[in-house]
Amino acid sequence: MEPADLKHDAALLVRAFRIMLLARATEDKLASLYRAGMIKGGVFLGKGQEALSTASAIFLQKGDIFGPLIRDQAGRMAFGDTALDTLRTYLGSAKGPMRGRDGNIHRGRPKDGYYAMISHLGAMVPVVAGGLYARRLRGETGVVGVTSIGDGGTSTGAFHEGVNMAAVEKLPLVVVVANNQYAYSTPNNRQFACADLLDKAAGYGIAGHKCDGTDPAACLETLGQAVRAARDGQGPQMVVATLLRLVGHGEHDDSSYVDAGLRKANVGRDCIDVGKQQVEEMGLASPEEIAAWEGEAHSEVESALNKAQREKGPDPADEDWRAISTERLDDLYFDGEEE
Amino acid sequence: MSVTYLEAIRAAQEKALADDPRVFIYGQDVGAFGGAFKATKNLAVEFPGRVMDSPLSEDAIVGMAIGAAIEGARPIVEMQFADFSTCGLNQIVNQAATLYYRTNVPCPIVVRLPSGGTVGAGPFHSQSMEAIYSHYPGLVVMTPATVEDAYSMLLEAVAIDDPVIFCEHKLLYYHLKADKLPDSAVPSGKARVVRAGRDATVVTYSAMLHESLQAAEELVEEGWQIEVIDLRTVKPLDTDTVLASVARTGRLLVVGEAWPWGGVTAEVISRVATEGFGLLDAAPMRLNARDTPVPYHPDLWAAHRPTASTVAARLRQLLTK
Repeated sequence: MEPADLKHDAALLVRAFRIMLLARATEDKLASLYRAGMIKGGVFLGKGQEALSTASAIFLQKGDIFGPLIRDQAGRMAFGDTALDTLRTYLGSAKGPMRGRDGNIHRGRPKDGYYAMISHLGAMVPVVAGGLYARRLRGETGVVGVTSIGDGGTSTGAFHEGVNMAAVEKLPLVVVVANNQYAYSTPNNRQFACADLLDKAAGYGIAGHKCDGTDPAACLETLGQAVRAARDGQGPQMVVATLLRLVGHGEHDDSSYVDAGLRKANVGRDCIDVGKQQVEEMGLASPEEIAAWEGEAHSEVESALNKAQREKGPDPADEDWRAISTERLDDLYFDGEEE
Repeated sequence: MSVTYLEAIRAAQEKALADDPRVFIYGQDVGAFGGAFKATKNLAVEFPGRVMDSPLSEDAIVGMAIGAAIEGARPIVEMQFADFSTCGLNQIVNQAATLYYRTNVPCPIVVRLPSGGTVGAGPFHSQSMEAIYSHYPGLVVMTPATVEDAYSMLLEAVAIDDPVIFCEHKLLYYHLKADKLPDSAVPSGKARVVRAGRDATVVTYSAMLHESLQAAEELVEEGWQIEVIDLRTVKPLDTDTVLASVARTGRLLVVGEAWPWGGVTAEVISRVATEGFGLLDAAPMRLNARDTPVPYHPDLWAAHRPTASTVAARLRQLLTK
């Protein structure tokens, strides 16, 4: 598939849109579970970022690496994460990928190339780059790694060090910057002083791409180009997408600080609405068919919830309280103290 | 024919690279230049593409190693000085140290820290970081004091599946020599009774082993027999060997080059007081560097760190308590 054809690739747009719907249904459920007090810990949603997030991961293949961040429910699902694993993690099921040891967005399956983020922003950039470095060392070609960051995360030292190192090594890394206008409550004008975040790409000597993050077809086209360029050996690619976080930083946050003008502007469009319009206008589905897709997404989430809700949490008495894998090098002194 | 502590570290890396194609080395100036201390001398030539210069980015160096480890590689990264590892601290303590517990995927990286004070090195090229890293769950912290251990423990650090903080002491690099590299080794995690004695136990590690052995020698003339234990790894800490020695001697002095607040010496005393209070004939004592930044001037530095004479003085106090 040529990048130029992506906008018109009906099957891809439909697939992406349905992932967006599933992510939205999952997150709507998470929000209501949070309000009902059923979530262990916090809830951090990606509402409004589904188009960009889906596009970030939809071009990845088995064997590629994805290092998602906070607002990547959709990208995680595009990379193979499920509503069940999501709910298991938020509800604290011992059967979830993190086994109750970590929660919410800090989940992954590293052996499948799906890295589990830590909370410290920027920290995943060099880690994904390192995964790609090891693949190259083994002689593997055509592997791509994608990692996400926000406008706030671009201010961290780890982001700078990671992108610079990937540029020096010419690694096939795609860094997707979601400029959602606020880092928690801090607006762009208190975050960076360059005219455009994309200027940073030039500073690192890597290719830059920009797109409207509220436009699913545009996100697919841009990310398709970026991933292809990385896969073809053109080195790191930076994508900067402009959009608005349509929720609080977490569900505890009413985001009252968001400029009302932004909500009404193009940047405040809901990408799901834009996606619906695109799918309908391109004649890919009728409103009734889209409603049926939404129904299917909700059913999938409900059945995952029913299953995850019945699963037990981790039992502290059965927990293997070891932080290293080499048993003989465990500091047994503290194990004795626990008894 | 003899081999220095630094040559042992270089030889261990050479062997690791030769034996295991998954091993690579990444760090500042480690490539063609061979490292600030020449610990990777000629390795870039011997192993093309596997001994690579990094940008001046400690966070990215460690982060990169972690990603590579997830993908099955076994990276060795060099921090040019242990002191600079604070710039990579987040990746070490929050990413590498938590990976296995969180995801069940181990993180086999080795972070080499050229550690400890040397003449004229000053506040930022002299630090001993072992306590900070030991504090975090998920890391193995090695502090070899001998040429043999520098070699065999570094090989073991590469072989095990967990992140290892390898604290190699710069003061030992050139002066400490052995006849040859060892064929076999005491496994990491086990302390070693370096010198047997009956009157008091000194527990120590890294360069302070040699100051402590010299102090023990001094006290022979005064009729005292001092047992000296080298911890070898500070995490895990071989509490059993320490307690068994205190059971024999009844007196304990713990010596470390790091700062006094918290740390390895405090941990050893805490364990002995908790588990072996009845074994003690006198309150345990400890000796650390002074609680200031490490000073630059050689005269100040010599008075900042424990030395054979201050160890001996502290032992005399302990023996007459």
